Amino acid sequence: MALLEAHDIDARYGDVRAVTDVSLTLDQGELLALVGANGAGKSTLLRVLAGAHRPFSGTVAYQGEDVTRLRDFERNRRGICLVPEGRRLFASLTVRENLLVGGGSQRSGRWDLGTVTDALPVLAPLLDRNASQLSGGQQQAVAIGRALMSNPEVLLLDEVSLGLAPIVIDELYASLAPVRETGLGIVLVEQDLERTLAVADRIVCMLEGEAVLAGTPATLTHEQITDAYFGHAIALHGGTGDDAAAAGSGGGRW
Amino acid sequence: MVVVNALVQGILLGGLFAMAALGLSIAFGVLRVVNLAHGEIMTVGAYIAAIGLSWAGLNVWVSMLIVVPVLGFVGYWVQRLLLQRALRISELAPLLVTFGIAIIIPNVLIELFTTNKQQIATGGLAVRSIQVVEGVSIGVLPLITMIVAVALIAATQLFLARTRTGRYMRAAADDSETLRLMGVDHRRLYALAMALAFGIAAFAGIFLGMRQGGVTPFDGHLAVLFAFEAVIIGGLGSLWGTLAGGIVLGVAQTLAGVVSPELPLLVGNLVFLAVLMFRPAGIVRSKVVV
Repeated sequence: MALLEAHDIDARYGDVRAVTDVSLTLDQGELLALVGANGAGKSTLLRVLAGAHRPFSGTVAYQGEDVTRLRDFERNRRGICLVPEGRRLFASLTVRENLLVGGGSQRSGRWDLGTVTDALPVLAPLLDRNASQLSGGQQQAVAIGRALMSNPEVLLLDEVSLGLAPIVIDELYASLAPVRETGLGIVLVEQDLERTLAVADRIVCMLEGEAVLAGTPATLTHEQITDAYFGHAIALHGGTGDDAAAAGSGGGRW
Repeated sequence: MVVVNALVQGILLGGLFAMAALGLSIAFGVLRVVNLAHGEIMTVGAYIAAIGLSWAGLNVWVSMLIVVPVLGFVGYWVQRLLLQRALRISELAPLLVTFGIAIIIPNVLIELFTTNKQQIATGGLAVRSIQVVEGVSIGVLPLITMIVAVALIAATQLFLARTRTGRYMRAAADDSETLRLMGVDHRRLYALAMALAFGIAAFAGIFLGMRQGGVTPFDGHLAVLFAFEAVIIGGLGSLWGTLAGGIVLGVAQTLAGVVSPELPLLVGNLVFLAVLMFRPAGIVRSKVVV
């Protein structure tokens, strides 16, 4: 049984379709990366998984239970946590308070203020600093730490490296490595293709709201991904790897 | 000396305005709901105290122990059953709901108790005063009101800064969607904030009633206006700013009263407009968002 399963997700903003018939699964301990150009529907899909955006149709199942109708805060309490695009820290709160709010779900587990600051050492000297006074990289670390405080089983990371210097991104990803070892499932939205290929167990490429290519970094060529990314080669539907089930025009199961 | 006396009375009057404005500030800060019925909630608080006094012979201070939790309870369920549903329609819908409540309450009070003033006796407290120097006296009730207002603001500030619920309320003021994504049930939090706002409004209503010697169904109209003005003058998002706003408004009114008894309302409103024009963020600019 997959940890998280999305079936035939169709998400819209008014009449505009942002995601069309996308299905995916995430297993425990797996890192699934969603890649695609701006506006491909990646962030919307993450928001659907987190319960922040109600899909027009389709279902989301978590640990075998249909959670499609559960609200965002209820999903967080079950163990699905979104690190939103733009970090969205509580600007008038201190770093410590931001982290404590992240523990609002009261889920027990390995993560608390001590273990989070151990895993993200950059946070330790900043605890009493106001969140609005932080650099972008520090803010992102707080956003990740805040999410970990809820002891999630599924972590949804949206645009982790957006607007950050390469060295800061390196540090963040280095911090994420031990977090992955705890066995949680991660869905990552990332613009940086090289980095995605380096860390992902599986990749789903989205184009104009559809999942057009999927596979593992080992089975997909760089060319295939960039073609799917920019929409040059829709004929590549299905990829070549074992994990890449045929997508078909009606959307596939990745 | 007349001016000094007016200044002192104005500062003390500001305590009442600040108390009235505190609940409004919380409702707006946390929920982004402009509660147009805030003055009427104050009136209801004063009515319950007046009725408790005349029917059950309850001391006005004892009646506060009943009125504040009762109105807090009402606030909780008004938020959950009415305003929360209205929020789903649009951000403006709760404004209309509170406008409706502001119309219904005085009319129900007129039906039940006529338009006559309901007495709130304070055992002479309202007329007792301490003479500081020749020509300047401090009323005991206004002094108590100011002390209570300062204590209430300090307690609210402490609650917001130190408790988990207070932390969530400040986080909600920053970004309520992200707060939900962190597993916090916003509906319960909003209802608690409204309970706090209603409870404090009722508290302020009783003090207003004591100052005036009683309460009529129409007292809410002016009370909500003064409360709004205190919040805007002080600066949205700052509780101590609200106190400063209340004092500025109180002083403006009493100083104008020295010139002519017809001027206080006009001058108070002019000061409010002047702040809106020249310092729209308020006189106290604070990063602490309530």
